[in-house]
Amino acid sequence: MPDFLSEPFALGFMRRALAGCIALSLAGPPLGVVLVLRRMSLMSDVLQHGILPGVALGAMAAGLSVWAMGLGGFLAGLAVALLAGSLARATGGKEDSQLAGVYLVALALGVVIVSRSQGIDLQHLLFGSVLAVDDSALLLMAGVATVALPALALIWRPLVLDSFDPESQPHGARWHLVFLALVVLCVVGGFTALGTLMSVGLMMLPAVAARHWSSGIAGQVRASVAIAGAASVLGLLGAYHLDLPAGPAIVLAAGALWVGSLVAGPQESLVQRWLRRPHLSG
Amino acid sequence: MTGLILHDLTVQHGRHPAVHHVSGQFAPGSLTAVTGPNGAGKTTLLRAIAGLHPVGGGRIEGAGQVALLPQGAALDRSFPLGCLEVVALGQVAERGVFRPIGPDRAHAALEAVGLAGFERRPVGTLSAGQFQRVLFARLMVQDAPVLLLDEPFNAVDARTEADLLAIVHGWQAAGRTVIAVLHDLELVRARFPQTLLLARHVVAWGPTDQVLTPEALTRARLNAEAWVDDAVVCRAAA
Repeated sequence: MPDFLSEPFALGFMRRALAGCIALSLAGPPLGVVLVLRRMSLMSDVLQHGILPGVALGAMAAGLSVWAMGLGGFLAGLAVALLAGSLARATGGKEDSQLAGVYLVALALGVVIVSRSQGIDLQHLLFGSVLAVDDSALLLMAGVATVALPALALIWRPLVLDSFDPESQPHGARWHLVFLALVVLCVVGGFTALGTLMSVGLMMLPAVAARHWSSGIAGQVRASVAIAGAASVLGLLGAYHLDLPAGPAIVLAAGALWVGSLVAGPQESLVQRWLRRPHLSG
Repeated sequence: MTGLILHDLTVQHGRHPAVHHVSGQFAPGSLTAVTGPNGAGKTTLLRAIAGLHPVGGGRIEGAGQVALLPQGAALDRSFPLGCLEVVALGQVAERGVFRPIGPDRAHAALEAVGLAGFERRPVGTLSAGQFQRVLFARLMVQDAPVLLLDEPFNAVDARTEADLLAIVHGWQAAGRTVIAVLHDLELVRARFPQTLLLARHVVAWGPTDQVLTPEALTRARLNAEAWVDDAVVCRAAA
């Protein structure tokens, strides 16, 4: 293996970062694909901001314990998702407007809590620190992947049916809620590495890019996981060789893969559109 | 043999009845058209029977095994699924999340609706008529004794309508109870032995030629528009 590939990962903290990112790449993108198909892409953004007050309260209660912050974030994310949905149902109005309101309040509340407490670095919570992933953060990410992936497989059939034909099952909303809980779980898994501002970078960018690689949902899931894994490796290599902040480098790598897919992917990409090949006879 | 009996059934949107105090029987093996003006409660009645809309009052007897063909417009046709996958999804309720869904039944159903060879075609590339055939195939694999069809021939051409109608009559011949929401009264008169004329309550229910009288149709049209915000409490409910 060439040195520029192997040298960075000779370092322990780089290997940890890679292991954590691969875990996130396995768990998040399949959920992202379903979010895209349910036309809920922005929900992921709302949730990653929404977990901040919970993360901050967790940090206040138990120091910088990843588990306390993770639990706090999970509860806060669930609250944001459920609150926006139930507010919209109870008072009319559209769910997306309630979401915009709820997450702005949550983000501001989180920043206020952090700045009022001692010893918590706001920057760390907002942007994460993928190169400082310790044992417990790694366990959190691996644990999230271990729970989220099989759980998604378990609800896959009814969830896909509910997305395709929303009024076909007596308890369709049940699958929607379990799905949202899994998304929150992955957002929480991502925040230690990528922060609450970019936690879903490895979830959504590969999922959006995957549309250009397959016309079937299974193919899109596979493509999204592959793209997220590639973005993890490329991002960490870029961070090491070009001396970039690692979290943003990974998200930028995912972004570059998305742009590449958009331009030149085999499905509905710009190149496919420009090629204007002669049409078929039947 | 299963039929379906409605006992004083009321289905509501909020406090307004979509349909109220519906009583009667869909006999086992019968073929019934449900017709009436827009807003008469036809779709809501079907959804209540299928367990997809809460029942406000009364009860449904024999609703255990029904399968519903929804209006095509309610589905996301841009979803990245192939025809075979969509048909196989019809078995989710029966197979649950664990048990394998073999492709055999779905293959056979696609063939029965005239779409052999379309297994891998994305549903987004189908014509409206082909998509409706796929939904018929999805209904077939559910293998339910009672079938509910919501405007099954909407937006399909004459040949597709004839093919699908033949399938519907085949179901009846095989002993299934079929209930179809329809607007085309000529079609109902020609091909559906029983009719339920609905206008948020039962206007008439029985053999088609006795139900679709000019007088009953006029009454149905007047009644369906009776949604008033200051309506008093229904006397039958009080």
